[in-house]
Amino acid sequence: MGIESEIPVLTTSVEKMVQWARRSSIWPVTFGLACCAIEMMSMSCSRYDIARFGAEVFRGSPRQSDLMIVAGRLSRKMAPALRRIYDQMPEPKWVISMGACASIGGVFDNYAIVQGVDQIVPVDVYVPGCPPRPESLIYGIVQLQRKIAQQKLS
Amino acid sequence: MDAPALITALQTLAPGLQAEAASAADRQTTIYVGPGDVLRAMQVLRDGPDLRFALLAELTAVDFWPKEPRFELIYLLVSIEHRLRARVKVRLPGADPHVATVTPIWPGANWLEREVWDLFGIAFDGHPDPRRLLMPEDWEGFPLRKDYPVQIQMKPHTAEALQVTQEEFRANMQRDRLSRPQP
Repeated sequence: MGIESEIPVLTTSVEKMVQWARRSSIWPVTFGLACCAIEMMSMSCSRYDIARFGAEVFRGSPRQSDLMIVAGRLSRKMAPALRRIYDQMPEPKWVISMGACASIGGVFDNYAIVQGVDQIVPVDVYVPGCPPRPESLIYGIVQLQRKIAQQKLS
Repeated sequence: MDAPALITALQTLAPGLQAEAASAADRQTTIYVGPGDVLRAMQVLRDGPDLRFALLAELTAVDFWPKEPRFELIYLLVSIEHRLRARVKVRLPGADPHVATVTPIWPGANWLEREVWDLFGIAFDGHPDPRRLLMPEDWEGFPLRKDYPVQIQMKPHTAEALQVTQEEFRANMQRDRLSRPQP
């Protein structure tokens, strides 16, 4: 650390800086499917305020985002649309499976609901709960940030 | 208007119509109509001067598997003019159930009939748009039938993303540019 020198200089590696930049501004794509989306909205609003962790910019377009929070039960009819939105997101991208339904189907153990979105997209963090409280989702995002901080560039 | 009175009114306007009164736990006017007489009965119910059932409030079905006749179609009708409600039922067999569409009489029946086709597999002859309504279009089977399994082991259908090499991408851009009108 260059505090003693006349010009203030901070030394680091490119990898650490990229990791820091990526994890400090996660932009989630809006993908609310059910009641979990209400908790997701609550998380981004003033009471819980995900801006404290730098992930408050919910984008309407997958082209501008790097996190997909699958909030709710995914029907088989919706599955191709979800996969397509995931494919449209630029790399690097991450997925949070929010709640019991997105993770394993939840109470909807029937023909119409996909039993876990990990059959369709690779999931990085599973957030349990039915629905998870905003604190749980914030914890999930913090876990994802820790995961991003450890991802090597090559 | 109770069920026998409704049947009398029906048969005066459409002689020879097959209809019988049914008992309902909620004491609502309920009649059964033969599958071949649906279109004629509905036309009279809508246009008869003492009936005027202008509103088809709901069209649904029940599966009584393994009993036969297996299906019952239920039309809930409302007469705004005469403040009447009526429930018209149609019994249908399990093998190849089909009935005439009522979309010429109530255009709102379009999606209701599509839903019944989608979930029960009851065909509506002469329907203008006989596609599934709720399930994916390539779905097999009719989920609300009693012999349909609740859980199915099947991978969800998703399309894989198209993989394009750099050369193909450039060729596509070039072709796109050439296809546009030149200034």
